[in-house]
Amino acid sequence: MAETKAVEKKKYTRMDFASDQAVRWCPGCGDYAILAQTQKIFPDLGEDKENVVFISGIGCSSRFPYYMNTYGFHTIHGRAPAIASGVKIANPELSVWVVTGDGDGLSIGGNHTIHLLRRNLDINVLLFNNRIYGLTKGQYSPTSEMGKITKSTPFGSLDRPFNPVSLALGADATFVARTIDRETKHMQAMIERSYKHKGTSFLEIYQNCLIFNDGAYASLTDKETKTDKVLWLEDGQPMIFGAEKNKGIKLDGNKPEIIELNGEHSADDVLVHNEQDFVIASMLASLTYREDFPDPIGVLYSIDAPTYEDMATDQVNTAIENRGVGSIQDLLHSGQTWEVK
Amino acid sequence: MEKTLKNVDDVVIRFAGDSGDGMQLTGGRFTDTTAIVGNDLSTLPDFPSEIRAPTGSLAGVSAFQIHFSSKDIHTPGDKVDVLVAMNPAALKVHREELESGGMLICNAAAFTKKNLTYAGFDSNPLEDGSLGDYFRVFDIDMSKIVKEACADMGLTPKTVERTKNLFALGLLFWIYDCPMEPTKNWLEKKFAKRPELIEANVRSMNAGFNYGETTEIFTTRYKVDKADLPAGTYRNIVGNYALSLGLVAAAERSNLPLFYGGYPITPASDILHHLSALKHHNIKTFQAEDEIAGMTSIIGAAFTGNLAVTASSGPGIALKSEALGLAVIAELPMVIVNVQRGGPSTGLPTKTEQADLFQAIFGRNGEAPLPVIASATPGDCFFTAYEACRIALKYMTPVLLLTDGYLANGSEPWAIPNVDDLEPINVKFADTSSMVDGQFMPYLRDKDTLARPWAIPGTSGLEHRIGGLEKEDVTGNVSHDPENHHHMTLTRQQKVNNVVNDIPPTEIFSDASGELLILSWGGTKGACRSAAEDLQADGKSVSHVHLRWVNPLPKDLGEILIRFKNVLVPEINMGQLNKLIRAEYLVDAQGLNLVRGKPIGKSRIIEKVNEILGS
Repeated sequence: MAETKAVEKKKYTRMDFASDQAVRWCPGCGDYAILAQTQKIFPDLGEDKENVVFISGIGCSSRFPYYMNTYGFHTIHGRAPAIASGVKIANPELSVWVVTGDGDGLSIGGNHTIHLLRRNLDINVLLFNNRIYGLTKGQYSPTSEMGKITKSTPFGSLDRPFNPVSLALGADATFVARTIDRETKHMQAMIERSYKHKGTSFLEIYQNCLIFNDGAYASLTDKETKTDKVLWLEDGQPMIFGAEKNKGIKLDGNKPEIIELNGEHSADDVLVHNEQDFVIASMLASLTYREDFPDPIGVLYSIDAPTYEDMATDQVNTAIENRGVGSIQDLLHSGQTWEVK
Repeated sequence: MEKTLKNVDDVVIRFAGDSGDGMQLTGGRFTDTTAIVGNDLSTLPDFPSEIRAPTGSLAGVSAFQIHFSSKDIHTPGDKVDVLVAMNPAALKVHREELESGGMLICNAAAFTKKNLTYAGFDSNPLEDGSLGDYFRVFDIDMSKIVKEACADMGLTPKTVERTKNLFALGLLFWIYDCPMEPTKNWLEKKFAKRPELIEANVRSMNAGFNYGETTEIFTTRYKVDKADLPAGTYRNIVGNYALSLGLVAAAERSNLPLFYGGYPITPASDILHHLSALKHHNIKTFQAEDEIAGMTSIIGAAFTGNLAVTASSGPGIALKSEALGLAVIAELPMVIVNVQRGGPSTGLPTKTEQADLFQAIFGRNGEAPLPVIASATPGDCFFTAYEACRIALKYMTPVLLLTDGYLANGSEPWAIPNVDDLEPINVKFADTSSMVDGQFMPYLRDKDTLARPWAIPGTSGLEHRIGGLEKEDVTGNVSHDPENHHHMTLTRQQKVNNVVNDIPPTEIFSDASGELLILSWGGTKGACRSAAEDLQADGKSVSHVHLRWVNPLPKDLGEILIRFKNVLVPEINMGQLNKLIRAEYLVDAQGLNLVRGKPIGKSRIIEKVNEILGS
């Protein structure tokens, strides 16, 4: 694989990444958009298709690998990050992708997700967050808002929801981003950024479930409201939003507040995004799901850090350099032995 | 005073003391020395699950048993000939197993009122005469003697006190006419940076040796001659290490990188420790966040073309079970080791048991068959690990390897094999030649083994998807078709059944028919073989068969079983193999079921056989 990388890249179209399997999500599901944007952007990534592996767990999102004409493994509930870790450590040359959902990745598989993030393997996690259990027909999920009325919570859910990007930051992720299923260009850009980040990339995708949780992100996608409800993040740019680009985020001490860019405040007063600033990323993450703030969309955080698989490979190489390639016959005879004649 | 030297064939010594008394170290040194002398031996460490229970408590007693002999032996021994009890708690816990008339060596200094009360003694057994009728008692103030031996060294009293195990060791070396040189060399290596500790330990060991030589308390020394072992180069080997080396051998012979994913658990953790120190053998070890990730990471590594292995014990295997089902349906090669311990639940983490046989064979949802192989002795762990890998790769299937706490920590002298003599492991990854009409067929099977092709990511043209959903044979596409599911269920079973073709004819020790057959699997082999030897020597019509593969069972087992009037299956469980045998072959096999966290002793088997034979 290392050799093929050195030679000229193969040229692909989006159809090269589509498998022959019929796609079986509900009509109108946000997953279609994610699949389409993924297949669209992949030819631009420059990765040979045979080196791409999609690993998923269980849930609607986890059918994803069947539809990608790459290597794929539809595994068991919650375990995709651990299986992907085995793949990546075994062969660091592969481009490894985990497709998961809010139930798969944050509930049953929450442990694997946080440990993948802290180890910083170069794996790209696409977390489809529809804030509901779809495949099991509509129970509340760990990202559902409190008081959610579902089949399993007729009197309202009691759990406080997880905010995935805060969780990822808390787990020491090196790349944390968020996009929306309806924002096709932005999603492509975020998938590309995830691919290019060396280390675990955590991309949360706000995804609408038409059947069981329709409109979960309506305020972020409806024309009338989205300009006030989406804060588009760009590195080095002030955090300005609103239909007239007339609102901004300012820090009052360590408390975020919204300022109107009129005579009193100008763009110079607005906080400038810095993807490498953990404090800014954490503050932005904390704005999630709030009525009084827009949801930050884009790359919240991105830093460089060594990857687990590189260090694991280095340890093997160093051991071989120092001691030579081990021979089992020598190993068997090491230590105290004696002859019986 | 003239001391006599007597030859004996067979001795069992148990060193017992507080967790902090260094009993495992003492036992280990004695073991290595008898190995050098050329005795056959078998050892059994027995330690508490508490890392350091309160000093002097019953819970904190740690012991190490060694059976050494001039004959070929198979077990760590039933009854103890010499018990070294470093405190009252050690005496309390172990005295029942000391042979009547056996030697009891105690550190008198530890028999204080406080320790005696703690151990539940109303009076001091060394003084109240309660032991003298049964045992030859030697109460020695070891603490005082080592204090004198190291008096001019300027060491702290605590440091000096900690050398008293070497006094006991030195004394045992004198009693059994063993050289001290190997231990001196070992100490010099271990404490290379602390010369004062080498000196103190050697002084205490010498003091023990001289105590036997000069005092009039001991009148007799014993000599255990070299055992008549087959020619070869030998080493002493502990089960978990042998198992690790078997994996390394399989990786080397198959020319695959070894990937080990695991989570720490007693008594399997040593496998992770050993392999993580052998990275220059192209081994990657991954300490996962939990048992499930240990298991699923190896599924990922197997998908990617590594020799993938995990090890755990019963509770961890329970957590891995769902993923094991995925490994079965994905038909990927890997080895899962269960170092069995006492259950249920957390059970007896440091003790041995054989109660996970059903879990191994049946413990998954759905029809999820996989081959199961079991190690018989510490050294056999090498060969079974190798064989498990070979079969996994040949048949493209997960293989479960069962060992147990006794095998894992026990040791024996081991004739080092020549790795080139082991059956070769040929791995061929799929290439474009396994395509049909330009399409790769991930479930197009080998006609003989039913193995599917192993197409690893990175191979151009073979991009394909697999998963936990039922799949259509040949294409691997998701399928809910009833006939296909039935066909795939039968096919997965047939693939496991085909492993019988790799099982050599069953060896029968010794007559092929008779009154009674002892049938064993796993770590009870030694006790069963010893019992059969004794019974045969006694003129009884008793044979022994040991099963290496427990799933599938060997082709010829049925015809062997019916040639015996009685079948006895000794197991450290409630009769799991016995139930399988009865169900599979409709024979009226009986069980001998002792679930005490310890190996079954041969004497219990002999008793049971005699009871069945009415003699």
